[in-house]
Amino acid sequence: MDRLLLVTSTFCFLFGFAYTMHALGARVYKPSRLNFFAILTGFLFQTGFLYARGQMDGRCPLTSLFEVIIFLAWSMVLFYLLIGPTYRISLLGAFTSPLVFMLQVCALLLLKDVPVKSHAIPNAWLELHAALSVVAYGAFALASVAGVMYLAQERQLKTHHIHSIFYRLPSIHDLAVANHRLIITGFILLTAGLGAGFAIGNIFAHSALTRWSIGVWLLYGFILAAGLRHRISPRRVAWLSVLSFSVILLSLGGLNFISEKAAR
Amino acid sequence: MEILCLGLSHHTAGLDLREKFAIPDGEIAAAATALSHAPGASEAVIVSTCNRVEFYLAAEQTADGFAAINQFLAARAAALEGDAFFRLPTEGTIRHLFRVVSGLDSMVLGETEILGQVKKAYAAASGGGATSRHLNKLFQRAFNVAKEVRTKTNITRGSVSVGSVAVELAEKIFGRLKHCKVMILGAGETAELTAGALHSRGVQSIFVANRSYDRAVTLADKMGGKAIHFEEWQRDFHDVDILIGSTSAPHHVLTTAQLAPIMHARPDRPLFCIDLAVPRDIDPGVAKLEGVYLYAMDELQQFADHSMNTRRQEVVVCEQMIERHAASFLEWLAGGWSAEGGRYRGPDPGDAPEGANS
Repeated sequence: MDRLLLVTSTFCFLFGFAYTMHALGARVYKPSRLNFFAILTGFLFQTGFLYARGQMDGRCPLTSLFEVIIFLAWSMVLFYLLIGPTYRISLLGAFTSPLVFMLQVCALLLLKDVPVKSHAIPNAWLELHAALSVVAYGAFALASVAGVMYLAQERQLKTHHIHSIFYRLPSIHDLAVANHRLIITGFILLTAGLGAGFAIGNIFAHSALTRWSIGVWLLYGFILAAGLRHRISPRRVAWLSVLSFSVILLSLGGLNFISEKAAR
Repeated sequence: MEILCLGLSHHTAGLDLREKFAIPDGEIAAAATALSHAPGASEAVIVSTCNRVEFYLAAEQTADGFAAINQFLAARAAALEGDAFFRLPTEGTIRHLFRVVSGLDSMVLGETEILGQVKKAYAAASGGGATSRHLNKLFQRAFNVAKEVRTKTNITRGSVSVGSVAVELAEKIFGRLKHCKVMILGAGETAELTAGALHSRGVQSIFVANRSYDRAVTLADKMGGKAIHFEEWQRDFHDVDILIGSTSAPHHVLTTAQLAPIMHARPDRPLFCIDLAVPRDIDPGVAKLEGVYLYAMDELQQFADHSMNTRRQEVVVCEQMIERHAASFLEWLAGGWSAEGGRYRGPDPGDAPEGANS
């Protein structure tokens, strides 16, 4: 039943993806309520899946890489729904739905969906740490989407090669602002997540996952500090946000392997 | 009932002739009412803009309708001369009006101002009691067609003049322009037009530097800007977002070596350079600097041409839409009112007619 909810939500994002491809191909992309509602419906099904998993696991559904990926995809859509309409970056949804779709398809097809059973009583700090951290990565993911949009628009402006998407993408200023604010949001959430983790004590402080999280925190801290001190161009911030999230995504699998090995 | 149109436009008549038959805004309502009361006519709308003067009429007989317009014009301005005036029967009139409001008959293909002008003309005629069910339906349908054509095609896409291209590019770089500072080097005509287009979008301030200080003052006054002596332009330049180069200098006024340290000091603040001068004022090498967006005259013109080509490619699709709506309207005209409450049945059932002033 829970997987059915997830598959349905994946189809909603597939619809958003297909709609975007069709509209861009037809060269008359218009922000559409249809696309927004497809994403919203997908989000509701995702939420239903995570709720069902939470009930089943008896804890926050972050017990396996499969669940982490779905939670991450859910966080991305959450941020899109929160900031997309606010900043009128309607095309962000068009770029978000393909990424969410691909994340969910990869999770469904490539990852083992076996919740890790634990008889230990759930630790509230650990759950808070895990949830805040993954939501933070959702914000970083959306920042990378805004970064891709920035780079696409900036390249067109720089090279004078104008494609039809040029007219629909927001200004590079608006995209830089969205990118910056998403990084700030992710950084604050990750800081809070790490703080919650340290409340657990030594077990947390010495894990590979903690070192990795601190590495991510430092990386985004550097991007933010450089941006706030006006020492780095928005283009470099965009590149860094795209590269940083790619590193997060690629290292998640390896990290999961290390964590599982350490747990055994 | 026949619907017909008699008129002249920029396609058929020069400005002298269009001026002769033009009707001032203040007289449009009264003129339409008078025409609708002429023998042989029952409803009338007059569209008079700088590019066209057109009389739309509903009449029982086509010949009587045209005769009514002829008499009206002869009494008001002059007898119709030569072949500058076109006369369209019902089918041609419907198609013509749909093309006009969609911007397909305009001097600048796809321009949107004409829709507002026709709406205004229709509102004036309607307010004066010169229209009834036939022209009401025709014009309401025309406004729907215009809306559909503009939202479902690229006929209005992009900018087609150098000034509007500059504004569009600036908005794609800075978003809103209200915090942007503009500097004009040289006070040529194209620079003035471009700066005027930026000024109309509410840029924060405009500096004008010209070798003739008086000319700089004149242009700065016109745009509420500040004139500076040409020798001093570099003093204020570090704080500028948009630079327009239009001097007649035989060498580059802004070089990469000059700009590189300035951009290094402001890495998070882009600079939009518009080079309208020939020979060029701005070293093309500055385009390689991060955060610098350089557009010379050729690129701006290419951008405008690209937009115009996009619009031209859309004409076929627009004509198909218009054809579909025209056929549907003719069907309605032949069949009269539908059984359900006298509503017009357009080709798109979900597309209800708009209000008169929408």
